[in-house]
Amino acid sequence: MTAAGVVLLQSGVLDLLFAPFYWVLGLWSVFMDWLAAVTGLELLQYGFMHRAILVGICIGVMAPLIGTFLVHRQLALIGDALAHTGFAGVAVGLFANAVFDLGVSPYLTAVVVAMIAALCIELISEVTDAYNDVSMAIVLSTGFALGTTLISINAGGLAVGVNQFLFGNLSTVSAENAAILLALFAVIVGVVALTRNQLLYVTFDETAAAVSGIPVRWYNRVMVMLTAMVVVGAMQIMGVILVAAMLVVPVAGATQVSRSFTESLWVSVLLAELAVLLGIGVAYYGEATAGGVIVLVAVGIYIVAVALGKLKQRLGDETTASVGAITADDTEAD
Amino acid sequence: MTPEHHSGTGPVIALDGVTFGYTTTPVVEDITLRIDPGEYVAVVGPNGSGKSTLMRLMLGLLDPDAGEARLFGEPATEFDDGDRIGYVAQHASASKEMPITVREVVKMGRFPHVGFGRLSQADWGVVDDAIETVGMTGFADRRVTQLSGGQRQRAFIARALAGEADLLVLDEPTVGVDVESVAAFYDLLGALNEDGITVLLIEHDLGAVTEHADRVVCLNREVYFDGATDAFVESDALGRAFGTAANLLGGEQ
Repeated sequence: MTAAGVVLLQSGVLDLLFAPFYWVLGLWSVFMDWLAAVTGLELLQYGFMHRAILVGICIGVMAPLIGTFLVHRQLALIGDALAHTGFAGVAVGLFANAVFDLGVSPYLTAVVVAMIAALCIELISEVTDAYNDVSMAIVLSTGFALGTTLISINAGGLAVGVNQFLFGNLSTVSAENAAILLALFAVIVGVVALTRNQLLYVTFDETAAAVSGIPVRWYNRVMVMLTAMVVVGAMQIMGVILVAAMLVVPVAGATQVSRSFTESLWVSVLLAELAVLLGIGVAYYGEATAGGVIVLVAVGIYIVAVALGKLKQRLGDETTASVGAITADDTEAD
Repeated sequence: MTPEHHSGTGPVIALDGVTFGYTTTPVVEDITLRIDPGEYVAVVGPNGSGKSTLMRLMLGLLDPDAGEARLFGEPATEFDDGDRIGYVAQHASASKEMPITVREVVKMGRFPHVGFGRLSQADWGVVDDAIETVGMTGFADRRVTQLSGGQRQRAFIARALAGEADLLVLDEPTVGVDVESVAAFYDLLGALNEDGITVLLIEHDLGAVTEHADRVVCLNREVYFDGATDAFVESDALGRAFGTAANLLGGEQ
């Protein structure tokens, strides 16, 4: 089979796979048109904003969903490392398109490269016994080096296209990219819903999880691969440089005010949605870069959450002192 | 609450000539011992003596370089009935800020039973019973990170009880726990052991060990003593294993 034949076959299979997501996009646009008519808001009248808002809402769910597990495993910076490898993946896609005229979405190549890089982070740690931050630093540098090298080889054709991936852009969220994001969203939410018990146990107490029979290594790999998907998905709006913030900042805010893990998951999604929707609105009317505004709003919300958390503590809502001590008499085993 | 213990009369843990090292130098060497159902065994030894490594070998988390480790009759590394074991460490690996309640921690004990599913009403009943057993009912909705060290360890024991574990493995569980809570903690362990749960305690506090455990294994790369606690107190194993005259009544080493 010729290279052109392979590409045609791939695009046929991909069209079939993505058909349900294009259908959802169509429904969403109808809803947005109706909302625009009801509210009269200008930003809801454009097709590119319909897609940007949908992508933003999905990011607001999946980033804190995965970020909650990462932050509490002290892996907050893994998003940064994978974003840089996602950038390498975009460069690979742009390079392949420029040289071989393949017509593959750079986001698809970014997903593939970032997932391979995610596995490399785990494998480097497992094989060398290095700390995770060492393997993250190695993968981050390698990803960025690969990206910049590919761009420099074919500078004239690629430099313009790369900017939107570095800084994100509301207006460049194409229907194809939105469909890819919806597919990633479905996979991420589905996998977390299915494996939430195991992910929680591994996050809270890795050794106890291993003793209870959970294959910890496999779940660590699942977690970093899901992270890679989130990062590449969020890159469209947030850009490579700021994408990690959505994994961390809403979760950090939710941690300050939540009493339980379940509550912190819901609160972090709520805070992320607030940041994304406010950020997109401000960016549109202020003609600013969406990624930057979203992160600034998220940080603002985080500061408010910290203040609220401290206030709760000061009011004695739930402090160690008020818990008191347990004595032997309290036990019922005997 | 008394967990429904699995039947079985064979040894819970059986090590036969087990040797293991992270490098070419063995951390534990030629260890042979057997722990039977219902025993209360403490493993003691100086820092770096291989206690935690031995525990990991017993639980199948490490593969011996030589010899064989068996757990409930199966090769330890192939053992897949995780609900039979409750594990309590010095502290969980999660970040200190993780917002998680006592109830959420204890429900993890049911995860080996429910797999990918949700906890049923009956599962939640077992969780609440376990919390009640360790005297934490009033604290079930508290964040674990805001409890004292002793209270936190009780939550982890409740997690093991919720799993209806036959074997409770505790790795230096009272490090950083206040004196009053330590006493209550050991009372709870003793009561659970009387209910039929096998207790394996990795401990640095020799005073606590001699006061509570029925049997002591004294380790420093190899086994220096394995027998009844009274005999251990009378023996010179401690001095040989620790390399100095150690004081059993002094508590911490």
